[in-house]
Amino acid sequence: MGKTFAEKVLARKAGQAEVVAGQIVIVEPDHLLTHDNSAAIVGKIGAELKEFGIARPEMPVIVLDHVIPAANEKTATNHRITRDFVGTYGIKHFFDVGVGVCHQVMVEKGLALPGDVLVGSDSHTCSYGALGAFATGIDRTEAAALLLRGQTWLKVPETIKVVFSGELQPPVSAKDLVLTIIGDIGADGASYSAVEFHGDFTGLSIDERFTIANMGVEMGAKVAVFPVDDVARSYLSSIGVGADRYESVWADPDAHYVRELTYDLGAIEPVVAFPHKVDNVKPVGEGADLEIHQCLLGTCTNGRLSDLEIAAAMLDGRTVASGVRLLVLPASKEVFEAALDRGVIARLSRAGGLVLPPGCGPCLGAHQGALAPGERCVSTANRNFKGRMGCKDAEIYLASPATVAASALTGRLSDPRKMR
Amino acid sequence: MRVWVYGDDINTDMLFPGKYTYTCSTAEEIRPHLLEDLDPQFAGEVQPGDLLVAGKNFGCGSSREQPAVGLRSAGVQAIVAGSFARIFYRAAINQGLLLVECPEAVAAYQPGAAVTLDAQAGEITVGGQTFRFPKLPPEILAIRDAGGLLPYTTRALGG
Repeated sequence: MGKTFAEKVLARKAGQAEVVAGQIVIVEPDHLLTHDNSAAIVGKIGAELKEFGIARPEMPVIVLDHVIPAANEKTATNHRITRDFVGTYGIKHFFDVGVGVCHQVMVEKGLALPGDVLVGSDSHTCSYGALGAFATGIDRTEAAALLLRGQTWLKVPETIKVVFSGELQPPVSAKDLVLTIIGDIGADGASYSAVEFHGDFTGLSIDERFTIANMGVEMGAKVAVFPVDDVARSYLSSIGVGADRYESVWADPDAHYVRELTYDLGAIEPVVAFPHKVDNVKPVGEGADLEIHQCLLGTCTNGRLSDLEIAAAMLDGRTVASGVRLLVLPASKEVFEAALDRGVIARLSRAGGLVLPPGCGPCLGAHQGALAPGERCVSTANRNFKGRMGCKDAEIYLASPATVAASALTGRLSDPRKMR
Repeated sequence: MRVWVYGDDINTDMLFPGKYTYTCSTAEEIRPHLLEDLDPQFAGEVQPGDLLVAGKNFGCGSSREQPAVGLRSAGVQAIVAGSFARIFYRAAINQGLLLVECPEAVAAYQPGAAVTLDAQAGEITVGGQTFRFPKLPPEILAIRDAGGLLPYTTRALGG
């Protein structure tokens, strides 16, 4: 019997000849990602850090991104505590306020590579499956223990195989595809499982693969992973990562899967996740009369250059509807500057967009762009839970950049195919 | 002992709103906001020994651990659910909070039914019906039994 991606990568990492789904292995992750929660994490282990030090100074990656620039004294103090920790313990990979959203930074800086085992105290750590990494979220306490000990346990997951064929028909995009999958299998459809993407996906750009892998956790998955192909190798090469720096891993052709699903990408249509669950997915047309107050373009799900370009192309020379706030969050400073150089930022701004710093911003409701009771937001983010954007009596609709841009223009939830 | 009953897909934003994640970290800071957007009565009325009974995919969403920290600190005896989301599952183990994955027990629960738990035996009795639930593997049980991951880790390091 062949092995799945998860079985192969975890066997290698655990130093075992083979492992099987269900088995528990001890691994030393290649990297541990933490962000603004770093202050709380190191706060748990002040005495232990003094006594034992940290296990592997090259392992932690810290990115300040969730509340940036600091919103108040408390968050500013968290940032300061984090900088002090980085200095005291010689943390090698630290990215201060303004570099970007942690998941985008991990990728841009070549810290998430094929075949790596990566954990992060953030649920969307699964994003790096776009590059063939085994990447998954953990809690703060586990991150604290990892700083001290450098290792943790993982249960080898069972695997679901998703087979793609055909090509997406623009303005339909990867967001519509992954929301469709989540709508089909449910928010727990891949619980405890790995999801492998197979078939023909050469038409999916790296940006689009990140969007899909990012939302793996919204179907309950432990990891959501693409094989490393020419598209991935070419991206890695573009950020200065040569093939000598990684060893990619992929499933055997006769691996065992608990479930198989197939999708014809050509048949995917624009969809929206209606409040308040990510699997409450319906065709965009079902919300055609809903008045919109805020549009959010960006985040770790859809804040990359191609996402901003799609929206800018639709908004070019037009203006957002009266009464609509269009917030733009590039996923990183690199993305922001590339968008600046290409005139994308100018087009978004002149259409009425308000460009925010490259961080998590409104997505989690901690600051910047919170909603008021009764308001509706169409967002390219990954969660529409009640209260997510700071107000339990507001509504969040998750959609693609094209759908968000179309909705910004009309002030109503809109099908981007009708706006071109 | 009170049993608090909730539905499917109870996410961590409902258990502890995201807007507090970078201002509330200690158990004392967390507890007043537990389940704030789901059940405004909960934080003020929960007592040590209480149980939560919920549907499938409990704890989905953000990796924030405040729900597990807060519920453990409030003395919640266990959460009985059809299934748990994986990050919350780990977070609960790491806080020493007992999770009982038993859809049959959830289905059998009727308002007012007596619920008793035997974690050692892996048994839960609901209104006179007894169900078995899967126990953690020994190496993971050791984490919970040590009182959570940090005491366990400190011990492993020889502290």
